[in-house]
Amino acid sequence: MIPIPPDRRPTAGPVFERNLLAYRRMWGAFASGFAEPFLYLLSIGLGVGALVGTVVGPAGARVPYEDFVAPGLLAAAAMNGAVFDTTFNFFYKFKYAKTFDAMLATPLGPRQVAVGELVWAQARGGLYAAAFLATMAGLGLVRSGWAVLCLPAAWLIGFAFAGAGMAATTWMRSFVDFDWVTIVLLPLFLFSATFFPIDRYPDALGWVVRVSPLYQGVALCRGLAFGELHWTLVGHTAYLVVMGTAGVTVARARLARLLLP
Amino acid sequence: MTTPLVEAEGLVKRFGDLVAVAGIDVRVEAGEAFGFLGPNGAGKTSTMRMIACVSPPSAGRLRVLGMDPLRDGPRIRARLGVVHQEDTLDLELTVRENLLIFGRYFSLPRPVIRARADELLAFVQLTDRADDRVDALSGGMRRRLAIARALINEPELLLLDEPTTGLDPQARHLVWDRLHELKATGTTLVLTTHYMDEAEQLCDRLVIMDGGRIVAEGSPRDLIERHVGREVVDLRFTDDTERDAALTRIGTDGVRAEVLPRRLVAYTDDGDRLVAGLGTAGLHPAAMVVRRAGLEDVFLTLTGRSLEE
Ligand SMILES: Nc1ncnc2c1ncn2[C@@H]1O[C@H](COP(=O)(O)OP(=O)(O)OP(=O)(O)O)[C@@H](O)[C@H]1O
Ligand SMILES: [Mg+2]
Repeated sequence: MIPIPPDRRPTAGPVFERNLLAYRRMWGAFASGFAEPFLYLLSIGLGVGALVGTVVGPAGARVPYEDFVAPGLLAAAAMNGAVFDTTFNFFYKFKYAKTFDAMLATPLGPRQVAVGELVWAQARGGLYAAAFLATMAGLGLVRSGWAVLCLPAAWLIGFAFAGAGMAATTWMRSFVDFDWVTIVLLPLFLFSATFFPIDRYPDALGWVVRVSPLYQGVALCRGLAFGELHWTLVGHTAYLVVMGTAGVTVARARLARLLLP
Repeated sequence: MTTPLVEAEGLVKRFGDLVAVAGIDVRVEAGEAFGFLGPNGAGKTSTMRMIACVSPPSAGRLRVLGMDPLRDGPRIRARLGVVHQEDTLDLELTVRENLLIFGRYFSLPRPVIRARADELLAFVQLTDRADDRVDALSGGMRRRLAIARALINEPELLLLDEPTTGLDPQARHLVWDRLHELKATGTTLVLTTHYMDEAEQLCDRLVIMDGGRIVAEGSPRDLIERHVGREVVDLRFTDDTERDAALTRIGTDGVRAEVLPRRLVAYTDDGDRLVAGLGTAGLHPAAMVVRRAGLEDVFLTLTGRSLEE
């Protein structure tokens, strides 16, 4: 007899491990996740930066455009990585490959599935963010030692968007519904003060941006990259924590209903 | 007496207004091979999912391995093996990786999993395909891999939902062969099927389900003897007048028959005598087959319908 530990509480570890095993052979998919933010950094940061010159930074003084835009791109990359994994990939495993049905033939349950997939998406996003941050530093775009904290910040952005993405995906019926993901992500990417300061908006619109999710991440990363530790950073952090927690809670409950009818 | 591995009383499963399982009583004892036989939509999968602790019962009592699936789901599942009706193998992994990761889902130690995976690959004759991707396997190989995967935790109870549906005869025999081997080594099997021959081959005891209810229960031999007798005479006629004449004739001998369009299926212990009797009466059916009675005939007598539509 194999010594089975029947009373050991199942953990999300094996769900993460499964993805690691599956993605070992998919370097292409991994590499593209690294490449995209770099291309943005080169074209917009260095290219457009040369035309724009300086903009108003978080402390009110003018800063070079490439220094300004890099933390924004970092936040956006963390968002994109996490959303991609918890929407398209998650949906494929959920509806087509029946990966989670297979897991439910073992002690694993909806909670382990949700947490394992979330941590995986976050880890993948975090890896991209780390590489991006290292490049920023290499190009001399980092202005403060506090920038190290951009890494956990990116990780938190990944958590928030992975949770929200996963929750939303449980309502998707087919791949056609994923057009909505693009429709939501693109304006977030473009208008969350990623590419230009928030004071360029009319007041009313500025407030819409201030309560939108990616803005929290952008402001957090930018504040840290410039070493401007304003108390608002705590607010941004709390926003992201709540968003991710709510997302994963909803996703877990929905998965329990859908996987255990 | 040992506790039964599965014990259901008045078990019900509803999906909204639809009643998939309409109150069934089932007991599966350790060491037996138990079958649910029934046509499409009979409620077989719904029942199996409740036993597998992935579908809460709507009403009734259910105990699996002596525990309550609602409260102890993960602990019960740790000791079950499940082969789903539809393929749930991991297509992004190789054959061996499918076994390895499944062992991890059960939190088994890696060295144990590796050793066990090699044994199981040999058991289902897939050792030479160990490093292939699952997409490259035939239907029969996939089923065998699904069985191997379900055995990684050395389950006390193996649940198989239609283990050979869609396989060609040779592939089916390979699967049956493996299941016989498991039976011989004492694994308790619970399986569903809509093939009579499969149920007769594998099951010590079975229930026949129809429309969410159990319509008969017993060993295959029991059921056949109790409901139909030893032999079946299948008679075809060119029209229904001839059929009715024949029905009247055999009725005088007290032989029971199922009446179908231009067809009679008669249940008797002596087929040749019945055929001879018809000849004496000057009745000559267009075609006539005398065969051993099977579970198909039990289903036909009990429901008036054929099992494989
Ligand atoms: N998740 C579900 N939601 C709604 N109805 C369901 C669900 N699962 C099964 N049913 C319905 O319950 C009934 C019984 O289905 P079930 O899958 O248990 O039958 P089955 O005996 O396994 O049939 P088959 O031989 O086709 O596999 C069917 O009418 C089916 O449509
Ligand atoms: Mg079924």
